[in-house]
Amino acid sequence: MNPQPLMDGLISGSMIGLGAIGITLTYSILRFANFAHGEFISWGAYFALAVSGALGALSATLMAPLGPFSFGWSLPLAAVGAIALTAALALLVDALLFGRLRARRGSIIILVMASFGAALTLRSLLEFIFTSQPAYFTNALQIALRLGGGLRATPDQLLSLGVGAVLVVAIHLLLTRTAIGRSMRAVSENQQLAGVVGIDVRKVIRTVWILGAGLASIAGIIAGLLVQIRPQMGLDLLLPLFAAAILGGIGSVPGAMIAGLIVGLAEALTVQLIGAEWRAAVAFVILVAILLLRPQGLFGRPQ
Amino acid sequence: MILDLVSYGAFFLTMALTFAIICLGLNVQWGQTGLFNVGVAGFVAVGAYASALLTTPDAPGRLGGFGLPMPVGWIGGALATAFVTLLVGALTIRLRADYLAIATFGVAVAVQLCLLNLEAITGGPFGIGFIPRPFGSMAGDPLLFGLLNLAILGAVVVALYLALERLLRSPWGRVLRAIREDEAAALALGKSAVRFRLQAFTIGGAIMGLAGATQAHFIGFIAPDNYSPTLTFQVWAMLIVGGSGNNRGAILGAVVVWGIWAISASAVSAIFPPDQQARAAALQIVMIGVALCAILLLRPRGILGEVQVISRHLA
Repeated sequence: MNPQPLMDGLISGSMIGLGAIGITLTYSILRFANFAHGEFISWGAYFALAVSGALGALSATLMAPLGPFSFGWSLPLAAVGAIALTAALALLVDALLFGRLRARRGSIIILVMASFGAALTLRSLLEFIFTSQPAYFTNALQIALRLGGGLRATPDQLLSLGVGAVLVVAIHLLLTRTAIGRSMRAVSENQQLAGVVGIDVRKVIRTVWILGAGLASIAGIIAGLLVQIRPQMGLDLLLPLFAAAILGGIGSVPGAMIAGLIVGLAEALTVQLIGAEWRAAVAFVILVAILLLRPQGLFGRPQ
Repeated sequence: MILDLVSYGAFFLTMALTFAIICLGLNVQWGQTGLFNVGVAGFVAVGAYASALLTTPDAPGRLGGFGLPMPVGWIGGALATAFVTLLVGALTIRLRADYLAIATFGVAVAVQLCLLNLEAITGGPFGIGFIPRPFGSMAGDPLLFGLLNLAILGAVVVALYLALERLLRSPWGRVLRAIREDEAAALALGKSAVRFRLQAFTIGGAIMGLAGATQAHFIGFIAPDNYSPTLTFQVWAMLIVGGSGNNRGAILGAVVVWGIWAISASAVSAIFPPDQQARAAALQIVMIGVALCAILLLRPRGILGEVQVISRHLA
């Protein structure tokens, strides 16, 4: 069998994994399934598109391709800007909507519903500003490198895989080895108790939004670089993200990444064996299977 | 001129009433029981396609149609959706509340995909046409045809409303409310929360399927695009605006939100040049989304809130 689906699956899986980390963090710490998370992916990609376009207009040298990659310095610089802007957007939505609902101590499901409303609003806003035409960071074509064993990948794809791996390790270390990481885990265990022992719960919540939105915008930029940028991209990724977060076990960062890779590989194999038109069903099948067999996920603890 | 207005009014109201049926179904799931369904469009689609398959004339290159009478299609649509809802509910209702939301979202995606890809059953992206319309033989007289359609939809809505009000006040409805408000207390009284929730979820699904069927027969043509997440979103806005937990609110919300939607659609087509209209239509959704969030924040009970006391013994 052609091993190429393995490479394609790993690449799309690392995007899903990065998004799923944000879902799993908001779910375990803020305790609700955030349907607006996919929109942070799309907004991150469009923020990067806008910033890199502006940088390119300022100086053409920033657009000149860097070494083997298809993009110039404008994209990494724009990525930094996009991460900051997406994090700001997440904090804004929290201040306007989720924070107020939390303060009211209503039921969790109202938060889920509000996130659903926020998702459609954010997505349609993108469609209004940028239209639904697909956009691209660059028009440069890349020749795939032969990696041996019949595997091929472009330098952009290899870089994306590397970025994904580095980020997962970094987030895992942040959660397990730093003070703010310990605070986050404490709040996820028991918010009241964490507050009682002097943990600044509001700071933890801000950190969760910044981390989740930052990772989402990186996933969006990678998706935009490797595929294309569309207002619907977050919506299309939402089900794979939820499937990965639940498969990995809610709250587990390495679990979300591994599960993201599993979902990505399963999608690539489905495209190879059954047909591309059923790709979007893979996440649903995985979701149903995990809910039937092991609702706590691979690395989660039973309720 | 007046006849045109009446005829448009009948069309508008009939369409709004098909949404009112979906809202009534959602109200059983959310308003009465607190089950969050994010896949409304998928369940409506199952009912619409099931009814279309049963009632359309035999079509080459596609399964069916079976040319059965329309009532068979409507009941078939409701039963097919009830079955799908039961399966989804059995899978997720025991788990945490938002797993149900995620699973129903998945159902909507999966249904959409099946509609597009199972061309031998659903007609693929082009959908199914020639769905028989109620009083189709009267179509020559648009006014009479419109009014008759409105009458039949009105009758369905009134019948459903009376049945649901009765159900709400029955012991069964009171148990649902007890479970929603305090599950532990209801369990202590020996009520199986899982079973009652599953029943309510399935009944709500059946009503959504019926709504899909009536809508398909009223329009006469269905395609996968009709069942996008925007539909789910509109229905949610209707229920929240009207007042979740209140059946009259569900109907009122459907008419109000559908009215706002229709007016803003004509405003968009009047104000924006033709090449910008697709773009401007996105603003309509932004507006409804902001309204939904604002109502959740400012007036969570909607226009008509839930009736707090439903037992006639306490009145």
